[in-house]
Amino acid sequence: MANLRSERSKRSKYSPALMARTVAAWAVTLLLFFPLGWLMLTAFKTELQAIAVPPLLLFTPTLENFTIVQERSDYMLYAQNSFITSVASTLLGLMLAYPAAYAMAFFKGKHTKNILMWMLSTKMMPAVGALVPVYVMAQSTGLLDSRTALIVVFTLSNLPIMVWMLYSYLKEVPHEILEASRMDGATLWQEFRLVLLPLTLGGLASTGLLCLVLSWNEAFWSLNLSAAKAGTLATLIASYSSPEGLFWSKLSAASLMAIAPIVVFGWFSQKQLVQGLTFGAVK
Amino acid sequence: MAYLQLQGIEKEFGNVRVIRGIDLEIKQGEFIVFVGPSGCGKSTLLRLIAGLEETDGGKLMLDGRDITDQPSSKRDLAMVFQSYALYPHMSVFENMSFALKLAKVDEAVIEEKVGRAAKILNLTDYLQRTPKELSGGQRQRVAIGRAIVRAPKVFLFDEPLSNLDAALRGQTRIEIAKLHRDLGATTIYVTHDQVEAMTLADRVVVLRDGRIEQVGTPLELYDRPANQFVAQFIGTPQMNIVPAKDLQALVNSTALPVQPDGFIGMRPENISLCAPGKGMLNGKVELVEALGAETLIYVSTDSAVQLVARQIERTELVVGSAIGLHIDVDAAHLFDAAGHITRTGAARETLVH
Repeated sequence: MANLRSERSKRSKYSPALMARTVAAWAVTLLLFFPLGWLMLTAFKTELQAIAVPPLLLFTPTLENFTIVQERSDYMLYAQNSFITSVASTLLGLMLAYPAAYAMAFFKGKHTKNILMWMLSTKMMPAVGALVPVYVMAQSTGLLDSRTALIVVFTLSNLPIMVWMLYSYLKEVPHEILEASRMDGATLWQEFRLVLLPLTLGGLASTGLLCLVLSWNEAFWSLNLSAAKAGTLATLIASYSSPEGLFWSKLSAASLMAIAPIVVFGWFSQKQLVQGLTFGAVK
Repeated sequence: MAYLQLQGIEKEFGNVRVIRGIDLEIKQGEFIVFVGPSGCGKSTLLRLIAGLEETDGGKLMLDGRDITDQPSSKRDLAMVFQSYALYPHMSVFENMSFALKLAKVDEAVIEEKVGRAAKILNLTDYLQRTPKELSGGQRQRVAIGRAIVRAPKVFLFDEPLSNLDAALRGQTRIEIAKLHRDLGATTIYVTHDQVEAMTLADRVVVLRDGRIEQVGTPLELYDRPANQFVAQFIGTPQMNIVPAKDLQALVNSTALPVQPDGFIGMRPENISLCAPGKGMLNGKVELVEALGAETLIYVSTDSAVQLVARQIERTELVVGSAIGLHIDVDAAHLFDAAGHITRTGAARETLVH
C-alpha cells in the first residue's frame, strides 16, 4: 500500500520536486526583474520618497518626474537620435553582413572558419580598449557629437554578431536550391531576391531585431562620442547622475522613458528574438 | 555532327585531378548514362556540363556553340537534382514556372506549358501544394516537371532515383524511359545503379577515377567489355574473374588461348552444374540464393576458386553438397595481366520469332 502511494505522489502533477523547481524558477525571475521593477516604482515617487529608509512600497504615485525630465532636457531629441542611430546602424549592418555571410556559407574556403573566429574574437576585447583611437578619429574627422559617428561605431560593433547569426541561418539553406535557381536562369540578384531572401526572412528579422536592441541600449560609445546634439537616450540617463547628487526618482523616470520604446518593441517581437538567439541550438 | 561535345575536360579539387581528360560526343536525342563506382567523377562531370563548377581545362560545345565559359543560366540546360532541390516557399505551379517567369514569358503561355507538363506527370491536382505537402515520388515528378517545362537543349539527371524506395524507383524509371521516348530530348543521366544504366541508356559511359573506361550500348558493354573493370561492373552478379594460373587444368584441357599471367572471365549464366566428376571442375556448394525467377549457386572448387553459377531452374542442392561444374568456354572472356581484353567470349543468342 505504501508503495502505491509514493508511486502516485511521484507521478502526480504536484510532486515536491516539481514544486521546488517552480519556487526556484520564480525566485530567480523575481531577482532578475527586481531592478527593473524597483525602477518603475521609483519613477513615480517624489525625491524624498525615493531615498526613504526603509524603502517605500506603498505610496501615492506622482507624474511630476516625467514632466520635469521633459522640461529640463529635450527627451524628444534624444529619443529621435536613439531611433535614428539604431535603425540606421541596423540597416547598414544588415547590408554589409548579408553578403559576407552569403560568401562564407556558400563559398567556403580554407580560411572561412578562421575568419569567422577572428570576427567573433573582436567582440572579446573591451570597448574601452579602442576608446582613444576611435575618439581621436572622430575628432579629426569632425564627427564628434554627430549621429554619423555613432552609426558607424554601432554598425561596426554589431557586425560580428550579425555576420555570425546570418551565417548560421544561411547555412541551413541547401545550396542545391540556389544551384537550381541558377540553372533556371536566375542572375545573382534574382537568386537573392526570389529564392534566398524569402527563405531567410525570419533570420534576417531576428538578426535585425537583435541589432536594434543592442544599438538602442548602447551606452559606452554614446557617452564618449556624443553630447548635446547627437546624444542618445543613454546620454540622457547619464546626465541625471550629476555632481549635485543623484536624483533617484528623476533618474528612474528618465531611465523608464529611455527604455520604454525598446521594451514595448521587444515585447511584440519576442518570438522572433528568442527564435533568433536559440536557432540551431537544438537540432 | 555531335550535339554536345566534350573535349579534353579537366577538373582539379586542390591537388587532386578528379576529371582527367574526358573526350565524349553525344548525338541529339540520345539518352546517355554516366555510370561508375562512388568517387569516379560522374556527378562532377555532370556539374561541369551544367556549369555549376568551372572546368580547369578542355572545351565544351553545345549545338555548335562554345559554352565552356558560359554561366549555368545561359547554357539552356535543365538539371534534376538528387535531392530534388525544389523551392520550399513556392507552390508546385510556381516551382515549375520559375524559369519561364525569369525569362519573361507570357502568362498564358506559362499556364499552358506548366499545365501540359503537369498532365504528363500526373501533377495537375497538386499544382497549388507546396513541396512539404508532397510525397517523395511527387516531389521527384515536380523536379522533372520543372525541367520539362523549359524544353532545354539537354536534360541532366543527377541520380534522381536514389532517394526513392525500391518499388517507386522501378516505377519512376519506367516513366523516365517513356518521357524520353515521347519528348525525344537529349539526356545525360548519372547513376551508380547499373540496372538503371542498362534499361534507360542508348549508350553508357563507364567512368573510373575520372577517366572513361568504355562507351557503348548497354549490350555492347555486357557482351564485349573492353577490360576487367567494365566486365565486372556491368552484370549482376559480377562476372567470375579468375587468374589463369588457378584454373590451369581447365586451360590445358580446353586449350584456352589465355596468357599465363592473364585472367579468365565467366558470366554466371555460362557456368552450369552437373553431377560431381562429370564436369570440368569439381567443388562444394557454399551458398544458394533462390531468387524465384533464377537461382544463384556459390561454389568453391577443389582448388579453392570461388565461382557463382546461375540457372533458371530451382535446385535441391544445399550448403556442403559436392557438385561438378561445366564452363561454356566459348563464352569466356580472356584478359591479359593488365586487365585488357584479349579475347571476347561469344554472346547469347537472339531469339527470333
